[in-house]
Amino acid sequence: MTFPYLPIEDAISAPYWEGTRIGELRMQLCGSCSKFQHYPRALCSHCGGTDLGWQKVSGQGTIDAWTEVMRAPQEGFEAPYIIARVRLNEGPIMLSRILTSNAATSNTEVKCDQSVSLTWQPLSDGRALPLFVPVGG
Amino acid sequence: MQGVLPEVFIVGAAECDLGVTNKSILELQGQAVTRALADAGLSTRDVDGIATNGISRFSATQLADYLGIVPSFTDSSFAGGSSFEIYVARAVEALRSGQCTTVVISFASNQRSAKSRSLGGVIEHHTPEAQFETPFGPLFPLSYYAMAAQRYLHEVPHGRAALSEVAISAREWALLNPAAFRYGTKSLTPADIEGADLISSPLTTADCCLVTDGGGAIVLTTKVVDKKRAVKVIGYGEATTNTSMTSVDDLLVTGAVESGKRAFAMAGITPQDIDVVEVYDSFTITVLLTLEALGFASRGGAAALVLGGKTRPGGSFPLNTSGGGLSYCHPGQYGILLLVEAVRQLRGECGDRQVPNARRALAHGTGGIISTHATVILERAS
Repeated sequence: MTFPYLPIEDAISAPYWEGTRIGELRMQLCGSCSKFQHYPRALCSHCGGTDLGWQKVSGQGTIDAWTEVMRAPQEGFEAPYIIARVRLNEGPIMLSRILTSNAATSNTEVKCDQSVSLTWQPLSDGRALPLFVPVGG
Repeated sequence: MQGVLPEVFIVGAAECDLGVTNKSILELQGQAVTRALADAGLSTRDVDGIATNGISRFSATQLADYLGIVPSFTDSSFAGGSSFEIYVARAVEALRSGQCTTVVISFASNQRSAKSRSLGGVIEHHTPEAQFETPFGPLFPLSYYAMAAQRYLHEVPHGRAALSEVAISAREWALLNPAAFRYGTKSLTPADIEGADLISSPLTTADCCLVTDGGGAIVLTTKVVDKKRAVKVIGYGEATTNTSMTSVDDLLVTGAVESGKRAFAMAGITPQDIDVVEVYDSFTITVLLTLEALGFASRGGAAALVLGGKTRPGGSFPLNTSGGGLSYCHPGQYGILLLVEAVRQLRGECGDRQVPNARRALAHGTGGIISTHATVILERAS
């Protein structure tokens, strides 16, 4: 598995990426409406408030939708792999990958509404990408 | 302004060369514009409004310079495939307010000749999507549509067969359209679609639109010379939903719900009053989601609608009568050609694929990753 694209972080997203260095998946939490959001912004996309903090989330969620990518989008990626919209238990949806024990069985192991749990994929610069594995049956 | 607003008509429509042209974008634009103006009995001297994109950073300016005109209205809004339906709304308002008198909406691309399309799309490194989505390696825009399709198959019985029927029906129409890229080929079977190479599951290469050169133009004005050939704009609406793959909560509810509602309300009609439907078919799933959002079917109901075969030539629900982006032409932003085909159907100019006595047509553009939605409703003027 290769992850050749190193994201360019900024002042708003720095706490997110800092968390990935210590195994914490962090989401922005709005101090005004108490809702989480992802991706991080300078304002709350639910209420427009600017009182935003960060909170560690559970890393538990479900697969909203998924697709097995059969061709690499650009040099450095090695298809096939499964990407998914993961709906975190705290509310936000994030894009990620789903790791399966065996690529050939992915179509039975991975389903919409399947429960998933967080794991980490180190990047070459010390940060990490949050990935998910199916849990339960 | 007081009194009744003037009516706005589409008085000219044309394609540029399609398929593999080995021509520049501006040469194709020049073809589209001059052909549409000739169709309207007008010339570039009559044009004082330009709406286009995809040429350069200053697209409308670039085209005005190329045509040798100094317009009083321009628009280069970039909304992907729905841009041209959005331009219709802008043009109608500019014409009604008197800002201009004659607007050309155009688009052309040489993407197949120039090999300018890539599976990963264009990555803009400063965007949130580059930070939070690109690292996982989605195909863009394909993987987003694929996830919507996966969700559709999860919720809707016979979803896979319905996706295939969208492509099969489009091919049947293309076989009747001499301008179609797949004209002169053969009918498709479900096995042809489902047995093609998977590219981002559950979508196969046969669920994806063509990559071709092509484009077209339409001419709008309030002054009608030939009422028999004029087509009236009676409704439009738009809705813009997302750039991120994670912003929309329910993948099966698109912005076409709102854009359609607005367009039908303005026209004062319902989906049952439409005779010809031209909706963006970037992928087979796009069509099912759009038909449901526009109210032609309930949630999950587009599967049953298309599986009856009604959307094919001769059926009671004529859909994507040119052969669509799937089998006719897809120059990257196909929305202009939805309008060209709608106009031609309402004029009765479509030969073997003509829908008998078509009086009202709907064109719906979808751009980006189900991001931008614009609905236009047209009616024969005579």
